[in-house]
Amino acid sequence: MLKYQSRELKATRLGFGETLVELGHENPDVVVLGGDVTGSVKTDLFMKAFPDRFLSVGVAEQDMMGTAAGLAVAGKIPFASTYGEFAVGRPFDQIRQSIAYSRLPVKICASHCGITVGPDGATHQSLEDIGLMRLLPHMTVATPCDYLETKKLVRASIGWKHPIYIRFFRDNTPVFTGESTRLEIGKADTLIEGTDLTIIACGLQVWEAILAEEVLASEGISVRLINMHTIKPLDNNIVLKAASETGAIVTAEDHQMQGGLGGAVAELLAQNIPTPQEFVAVRDTFGESGKGDELMRKYGIAKDDIVKAARRVLARKK
Amino acid sequence: MTKKPGVGEIQVIARQIRRDIIKMLMISKSGHSGGPLGLADIFASLYFDVLSIDPQNPRWEGRDYFFLSAGHLCPVWYATLARRGFIPIAELTTLRKINGRLQGHPAPPWTHGVPGAEIASGALGQGLSIAVGCALGLRLDKKPNRVYVLHGDGELDEGQIWEAIMTAGHHKVDKLIAIVDRNQCQIDNRTENVMELEPLVDKWKSFNWHVLECDGNDVAEFMQTVRQAQELKGKPSVIIAHTLMGKGVSFMEDDYRWHGVPPNEEQGKQALAELGPTPYGDFVEFDWERQPVEIGVK
Repeated sequence: MLKYQSRELKATRLGFGETLVELGHENPDVVVLGGDVTGSVKTDLFMKAFPDRFLSVGVAEQDMMGTAAGLAVAGKIPFASTYGEFAVGRPFDQIRQSIAYSRLPVKICASHCGITVGPDGATHQSLEDIGLMRLLPHMTVATPCDYLETKKLVRASIGWKHPIYIRFFRDNTPVFTGESTRLEIGKADTLIEGTDLTIIACGLQVWEAILAEEVLASEGISVRLINMHTIKPLDNNIVLKAASETGAIVTAEDHQMQGGLGGAVAELLAQNIPTPQEFVAVRDTFGESGKGDELMRKYGIAKDDIVKAARRVLARKK
Repeated sequence: MTKKPGVGEIQVIARQIRRDIIKMLMISKSGHSGGPLGLADIFASLYFDVLSIDPQNPRWEGRDYFFLSAGHLCPVWYATLARRGFIPIAELTTLRKINGRLQGHPAPPWTHGVPGAEIASGALGQGLSIAVGCALGLRLDKKPNRVYVLHGDGELDEGQIWEAIMTAGHHKVDKLIAIVDRNQCQIDNRTENVMELEPLVDKWKSFNWHVLECDGNDVAEFMQTVRQAQELKGKPSVIIAHTLMGKGVSFMEDDYRWHGVPPNEEQGKQALAELGPTPYGDFVEFDWERQPVEIGVK
């Protein structure tokens, strides 16, 4: 039996857009920058509610990041939002110098991340963004796993004093996290307790891991599942505890294997508790057009891939 | 400083800033000469007259915001900040040195940098977006602070600059004054050989900016132009300030090869002789028979 149930299908980006409006009512310093894809990333909701605090910069992501930095200098709370590839890949140098090195609390909110953006094809499938943002000193990197967690994460970012990158997705996806669960940036959640191995997942792979756990449990395998919504700073304690208690790790993400969640976990384990680890991630390739679920299967980041990775890592476990 | 200095005194301060730049570069043996020397008059005018600032409280809420977009020009900024009391004058010996605050390209104090810097700059073309964002934020709060941003002319090759020019025009950010150091030189060659910028005035105008021009080495004319820009409403303003790269040092003037190199000892000595001493005095005296001796920094 599934340990978590999908109550409905709802998009993470909608959680972002709705929360911006709530925060706009609560805090007059909240401002939102628009890069001409406001309907897609759901900042149109804020634009309609607070037209004066919505600032259009056109299709100009480099300028968007700089303008957001300037708004932060003036004491505002800026949210800069567009598609993942254009929120990170295009303005990387602007984020590096004007936001990260300048250490300004800008919120970079990227929708349409990962391969599940699907039909738009590889140009729009950001599979490198976690790695790029994780490389930057001062930068926090977070990715919610469903609509509700997106709402909590965006709300928590208001009080976060560091620049933060929040990564979410286009598609309607299962809502399964609890209404009342508290979210704290940098503190991961153990969704399922287990002893044979630990799956550490982020974003949409958390749901895939819930599906995978059911299969593994039916084979008598006791799986621990951790939702790593914050990739940087990584919750070191929960990872090290999982490694010492279960002795085998699977990481799962909608991102290149290099530099993502799996890399972050491996860097930590190698220095502390070397542990067999299998990576469920995209393997050094660009994507292509297709449906999100088709692409997840073809590129090896769906439920079945997590199940296989779990069996592999158990075989390696001493 | 209780009373603003007059034009004549600002000219002397500018000359001392030039001396400071030469000495800083001789000590660091690394850094940019030509651009900073050409900008001494503008920086002296800004920090000793134009800007509302408090050196004792660089983050004072009522301050005018100043952004140096072309970060490599920082020797003139550091010398000015020192002479204006933001940092000890003796600290100028630490340019580009480890454990110092005078980074090769500037950073704010909370990331190894210098009081008075609001952001990091060095990768070109980013400062205007920041200035526009800052001005928009101040406008949302109905604050009267002005925002100034200084660009090199070669920097205008960067695409982001034109994105920001468009954004500022679109949002009619009229508390914003951009200054372009139009010295016609960049690192490789003269600007028009590397990438044609002209007709520069028409370009800014067509993006819905007020455009003013002045001699950026004439303190009185520059300050008058700034005051004129402050009165203009409804659009952002840009001052195209025509300057002479390397101003005050004959063998550096208008020569793009002095963009990114420091003077050696002999060249520095000649430069100081040409600039002549001022009543303000240098931050370190060189004994030409020996290596420069650093003096303590608190």
